[in-house]
Order: sequence, then structure tokens, then C-alpha cells
Amino acid sequence: MHIDYYPGCTIKASAGQYETSVRAVLATLGIQMKEMEQWNCCGVVHSLASDNLIRHIAPIRVFARLQEQGGSEMLTLCDMCYNTLSQANHLVRQNARQRESINDFIEAEEDYDGEIHVLHLLQILRDRVGYQTIKKHVRRALQGLTVFPYYGCKLLRPGGMGIDDPEAPRVLRDLMHTLGAAVADDPLQTQCCGSYHIVNHDEIVSRRVGKIAARALERGADVIVLSCPLCHFNLDTRQALVDSPLPVLYFTQLMGVAFGLDLDVLGLNQHHIDPLMLLQQRGFVQEEEALV
Amino acid sequence: MIKITASGRPNELLRKAAALSGQDLFACYQCGTCSAGCPMVAEMDLLPDQLIRHVLFGMSDALESTAIWVCASCYLCDERCPRGIDVSKIMEALRQIWLRQNEDYVHVAQLPKETLAELPPIALVANFRKNTG
Ligand code: SF4
Ligand code: SF4
Repeated sequence: MHIDYYPGCTIKASAGQYETSVRAVLATLGIQMKEMEQWNCCGVVHSLASDNLIRHIAPIRVFARLQEQGGSEMLTLCDMCYNTLSQANHLVRQNARQRESINDFIEAEEDYDGEIHVLHLLQILRDRVGYQTIKKHVRRALQGLTVFPYYGCKLLRPGGMGIDDPEAPRVLRDLMHTLGAAVADDPLQTQCCGSYHIVNHDEIVSRRVGKIAARALERGADVIVLSCPLCHFNLDTRQALVDSPLPVLYFTQLMGVAFGLDLDVLGLNQHHIDPLMLLQQRGFVQEEEALV
Repeated sequence: MIKITASGRPNELLRKAAALSGQDLFACYQCGTCSAGCPMVAEMDLLPDQLIRHVLFGMSDALESTAIWVCASCYLCDERCPRGIDVSKIMEALRQIWLRQNEDYVHVAQLPKETLAELPPIALVANFRKNTG
């Protein structure tokens, strides 16, 4: 089976380890990602002002292009892309007048009416592949590892557009249980990490991240898992307030470890806070492998 | 001193905020649920429910508040408001009113080169979309 894939800028620029680990994990599960042609940045944030139509053109153009390429479903890995694409899709489906204006602007592409389905990787794993199948591929169960799933905002809200219950999500917990790990839960899992304030107010991000990581530690977590490249950057680079910083991994990196995949495709050495020591100590990764 | 007029007409700030956000600010009954859940209140001068009240009264401090820039559009308040108000859209409307009459809130050219080089593209694009006109 193959699925059309929209990467977005950050996956290509600074979250390479997410993409390579996803490819390896999906290949193990028999799914090929086919990167769509001629994609552009989705615009990252959905404009919330009623008259700012120009801001919706970037995501709609991506849909129009995939439609021209014969696609009907679009896989995204990045929570921010997922959110922006979903909200833009919702807008053209709901609002005929705005849809017409937008289609007027994107003359180079054919008209787009909201026919393409956007899917986040976690939806594919939960709803298409299923935890039972995933479990069959586990070679090294993550026994004894306590994981703190961090959802942040863009995967869950606005409600109705998110992939899980906005107040009590469970997809990452269920997935980590499938891999044999224990899970620590906390209300801070669904609270913002400080997001784009990292650009001009990184002290706000440091305070947010410090709070979230300290809570994860209190709950007995060994490692934080997530799916958003911006949350990853913030949590991985701004845990200075915490005495013993927790490694922050993309959930697919841990899936890869549990599947026994080659460490070089999992990119475990591409983090500010080194996860390898912990994974070695717990016996999930052998020393010779880690050196590769 | 606060001057509150009772002309029966919505004040200018309220009119613009309502139009840009598409929200009925009068629907707010000041329960404070939005502020109770907001992860950013520790960084705000006026809390989300206070901001709404100030806009309803046409108080210009709403536009001068740091809160509108600290809000990161996390949508938690929208999720929880018992009156179905999308507070995040009111925040966006206030930022837009400011950006459309003043200059940019973040000056891209003044950011250190190392910052620009280090950060993921989603951080930069999101920030500039929120903080520049
Ligand atoms: S939660 Fe809604 S009704 Fe309550 S104060 Fe906030 S905006 Fe007003
Ligand atoms: S959207 Fe803004 S005001 Fe609302 S909870 Fe999030 S940060 Fe606070």
C-alpha cells in the first residue's frame, strides 16, 4: 500500500530524524510514502481573522496540486501542517463564498472544493494499521521504560478537527503501551509549549518547557515522546530549568527501537539531549549499535 | 480615567474586534473559564476574560496589552468556553487591529542572525504571521 505524503518545510530542514524513522517504521508495516510533487509551505498557522483570505491560499494550493496529481488522501507528519491543512480544508468545505474567492486567486491550479482527506500519521497507525498489527512487529518490548506522551495543541484542537479527544487524548498512550512501555499521564500534556515565542520571547518557552518537563519527571517519566517538530525543538533545546533533562523523541523513533530497526535510520544521535545512554542502560540498544 | 459612553452604539474597538473575529463579545458572561485554563496567563498583563470586558467598554488598553501577543492561539479557551466563544479569534482580531494601524510587532531585520539560523522554519513562519502585518 502507498500513501501520498506532504512533508512541509520543517521535516526537510530540521526534523530529518522524524522523516527517516517514519519511513523505516511504515516500511516495516508495509506502507510506502510517496512524496507529492511541487509542494509549498502550508503557512504554518491558520489565520483566525475573518477577512484574511490570502493566508489560506498556501494550504489550498497544496490540495489543488495533489488533486491534479490524482491524489485523494494526504499524509502529514507535522502537527502544525496537519492543523493548518485541516482547518483550510474545513473552510473551503463550509464556506462557498470564500471557496470561490480563493479559487479565483489560484489560477495556475484547478479549482479545489475540499475533496482531499488529510491524515496525520497517528491516525494511519491507529485506524488503518491498528495496534494489534503493530504489536506483531515488536522485537524488543520497551519493558521498564516510562514514557510521557506530549500532545501540545495542534494535534487536538480545535475540537472536531483534532485527531483525538481534546481534553483526554489516548492515542500516544495506547501506542506506547503496544510497544510494552509504561505511560505517565498529566494535564500538562495538552498544554502549549510556548510555540513560536521561541523566536522573540524564548524565556516564555523556557518557563513553559521547564514546567512540563519537571512534571514529567515528577510522574516518573524516563523520556518524552511527541510528534510536532516545533514542540520537539522547544523541549529538546530549552530544558535548562530542569535538573535532569529528559530525552525528547519522536514517537516513531521509539517504535523503531521496539521494532529492532537500524539505529542509523532512527536518528537517535540528532538530539540536544542524548537519548542513547538511557536506551543502552535499559538494554533496548546495544553499545555496538549505538556507535554506528 | 476611564470614560464609558452609553450611546447604545458599539464602540469603534468593539465593532472592529467583532467584525474581524466573527464573535459576539456580548455573549461572554465573564465566568473566567478561558483564563483559568489558559497556559499563558502567568505571562499576561490582562487576562483573556478581562480583555473581552475592556473591549466591550472600548478601553484602548486592550490594544496596548502584552496579552494579545503572548496568546499563542492554542485554542484551549475556545474548547472550554461555555458560551461557545472562540476567544483565540478575539485575540487574533486585536493583534490584527494593532498591526493594521501601527508597525510590525516583531522586526525581522533586528533578530540576531544566529537565532534565524538555529530555529526551525515553522517557528519563524508562525511567528512572522502572528507578529507582522
Ligand atoms: S470562558 Fe467564555 S464566557 Fe467565560 S469569560 Fe471566557 S469568553 Fe467569557
Ligand atoms: S488561545 Fe490564547 S488566550 Fe486562549 S488559552 Fe490559548 S494562549 Fe490562552
